[in-house]
Amino acid sequence: MFDRYLICEETARNVTEGGKTTGFQFGARIAYYRGLGLSMVEGIGVSVDGEAVPSENIRFTVTGGTFTLAQMETEYEARWEFGEVATVTVLKPGGLAAGEHKIELTEQMRIAYLPFPLTGRDTKVVRIG
Amino acid sequence: MNAATKPGIKRGVSLYSYQEEYYLRNLSLEQCIAQASKIGAYGIESIGEQMMPGFPNLSDAFYEKWRGWMQQYGTVSSCHDAMLDTKKYKHRLLTDDECMVEFERDLKHAAKLGAKVIRVLCMVKPEIMVKAVPIAEKYDVKMGVEVHAPYYFDHPWIMRHLEAAQKLGTKHYGLVPDMGIFTARLPRVARDRMERMGATPKILDYVSAAYETGELSEYIIFEARKMGGNQLDVAWAEQCRHSVNTNPKRLTEFMPYIFHIHAKFYEMLDDGTEYSIPYHKIIPALKAGNYQGYLSSEYEGNRHIQDAFPVDSVEQVRRQQAMFERLLAA
Repeated sequence: MFDRYLICEETARNVTEGGKTTGFQFGARIAYYRGLGLSMVEGIGVSVDGEAVPSENIRFTVTGGTFTLAQMETEYEARWEFGEVATVTVLKPGGLAAGEHKIELTEQMRIAYLPFPLTGRDTKVVRIG
Repeated sequence: MNAATKPGIKRGVSLYSYQEEYYLRNLSLEQCIAQASKIGAYGIESIGEQMMPGFPNLSDAFYEKWRGWMQQYGTVSSCHDAMLDTKKYKHRLLTDDECMVEFERDLKHAAKLGAKVIRVLCMVKPEIMVKAVPIAEKYDVKMGVEVHAPYYFDHPWIMRHLEAAQKLGTKHYGLVPDMGIFTARLPRVARDRMERMGATPKILDYVSAAYETGELSEYIIFEARKMGGNQLDVAWAEQCRHSVNTNPKRLTEFMPYIFHIHAKFYEMLDDGTEYSIPYHKIIPALKAGNYQGYLSSEYEGNRHIQDAFPVDSVEQVRRQQAMFERLLAA
């Protein structure tokens, strides 16, 4: 649901801290018809140009703060609101090279009434630089 | 006479219907309410977690603003859709006591909105509902268990809910049927999406046609496999098992327990009818039972067309409401 809208491709950019490029980030929307507390967002998976990003290198930012995926598991306050553009940051020294990259995002959510996890998937070509 | 006290069947919209526009920030919560009001659908059904950021921790200022909108647009809050996130914790389900905390939170929220009904998800156990009844009575908000396909009125799970409600003799525990239980034809928009994803047109058509004849789902699934169906073809066949086509006349019989109605729809056609769900049979059954609640539009076609087409929920809801106006006047 909403799969084509998950990655906000126009927001993709490298992240620079203290003059150093530490990674890249992009905006992401939830693949569900309502917002969820972060503890129920079980998985955020990113791959770039076909290569999966190790989950410990992913940071997830919503209005309520920035979290590692492990921290999200026990985060019961902060929420990913419906339609909110969260920021997915990938820690990667040097970031992405200028030019086009194919980004794939998967979201996996734990929903009370569904026997299986709800999954959303989007692939977009983004331009860096 | 205002929208809430007018006798007879009332028209309303679940803001769920406008999810696409809200998600993409093309309509705000207030603009969604205004759209419903504009077409005379004055009952507003809402989902806290969908269009009320910060829920359940909403400020008094929010509720004041909400009541202001209701006054400004001549609308009333018809129903709050409660979710009950029993899987909040990774390794365990919520305990019954924790569920009660959530129920109280949702009933209180509904009361603050001015809603007289909350929709409870059908997977909630009758035992939990029984425990929540005193809280519902305290806030004077009715709890309606959603009868949503593949459940239907006579399904044993729903029968258990009814038996529990009857035993208590309470006026605060009943049902919110979703009109998807009267799916006479599988949604065409869903079939077409399967084709775009790579399903086989011949098998999709076979499944849709077989469903309409009432053929048993298991036979249809078996046949789709036999025809050499790929994973998507078989998934479409399995859709028969998740869909139900029951008799709208059952509405009349269950009327004492019907608090609110989800007027589900997938595709309003140019001729002003809905492709899958026979409202021309549903509305007479509601009239026969002297239904006094809301017919609350619930558009769910967006998810089937959004990959390929622009979504116009506003127009879809307008068409469904025009159909209701026509059928209610008949």
